[in-house]
Amino acid sequence: MAHAHNHAFAHEGGHDGHHDLEELRKFGFWIFLITDLILFSTLFATYLVIHENTAGGPDAKEIFELPGVIVETFILLTSSFTSGLAVLAMNAGSQKGLVGWLIVTILLGASFVGMEVTEFLKLIHEGHTIHSSAFLSGFFTLVGTHGLHVSLGICWITALIIQLSRYGITEVTQRKVHITSIYWHFLDAVWIFVFTVVYLMGVM
Amino acid sequence: MAQNNAIGHGGHGGHGDHAGHHGSLTEYVIGFLLSIILTVIPILAVVDDWMGRTATIILLLATAALQFGVQLLFFMHLREEQGPRYNLVTLILGLIVVVVVVYGSIWIMDHNKMY
Repeated sequence: MAHAHNHAFAHEGGHDGHHDLEELRKFGFWIFLITDLILFSTLFATYLVIHENTAGGPDAKEIFELPGVIVETFILLTSSFTSGLAVLAMNAGSQKGLVGWLIVTILLGASFVGMEVTEFLKLIHEGHTIHSSAFLSGFFTLVGTHGLHVSLGICWITALIIQLSRYGITEVTQRKVHITSIYWHFLDAVWIFVFTVVYLMGVM
Repeated sequence: MAQNNAIGHGGHGGHGDHAGHHGSLTEYVIGFLLSIILTVIPILAVVDDWMGRTATIILLLATAALQFGVQLLFFMHLREEQGPRYNLVTLILGLIVVVVVVYGSIWIMDHNKMY
């Protein structure tokens, strides 16, 4: 078994070792994403268990404003699509197209975060803070963690654009584009559940 | 020992052929349209009050799960993985943990009412 294993690696390494290493790194990132998914599941579980404990304060129905959140959802959905278009442009060998779509993705991501921050500030201004009730602690932690992920993604893609302008489309930057795009799709997928479980079910 | 061969392939298909995998424009457009539809349906169901509470919750969870599937298949290209499907297996393991954590928490706390 071990022998066959080494043999296979040696064989792969013979003509295309670097490529395989990049694929292995992609798989490593996939494993990280799964652990991130588990992290979010604990925050969802916490929110679902405590969201009815409002400590006499407002509940979801009273403080959530659906129109803004619906816009946020479509913004993030579109950015998931544009990050896919970035990968397509890269596969077609167009660095201009790739960087262009990455910039569009960043801008959409930034408007998403901007709207979320505005929503948070409005809630805090109205006196509904993370300290107000178990419901709001769970809400700010879950939604805030997602927002932090998106913000991190924006910084990451920005760094990637700088790398791309320096080194162009290489095997390494290609892998990084793939990874960031999968990360971005993942954040959209998590947001679907935040939108459904927290907002839509909240205002029902 | 196809398994060894595939270790390095983690994410997507085989060697070379870069344009071939990682999706096509059609695939992304279909995925995008599907996710828009799957977002509009639950919004309308809640805003226009289509049906009862339980039915709405089931519809919401169903469309969210479908949308998750759309992201995985059309955007993350989970289908195109070749050989032993390590990505899929890791995902399934993760989802089992997710279901146990989320459903388990709700279930156990329902039996622990302190009031």
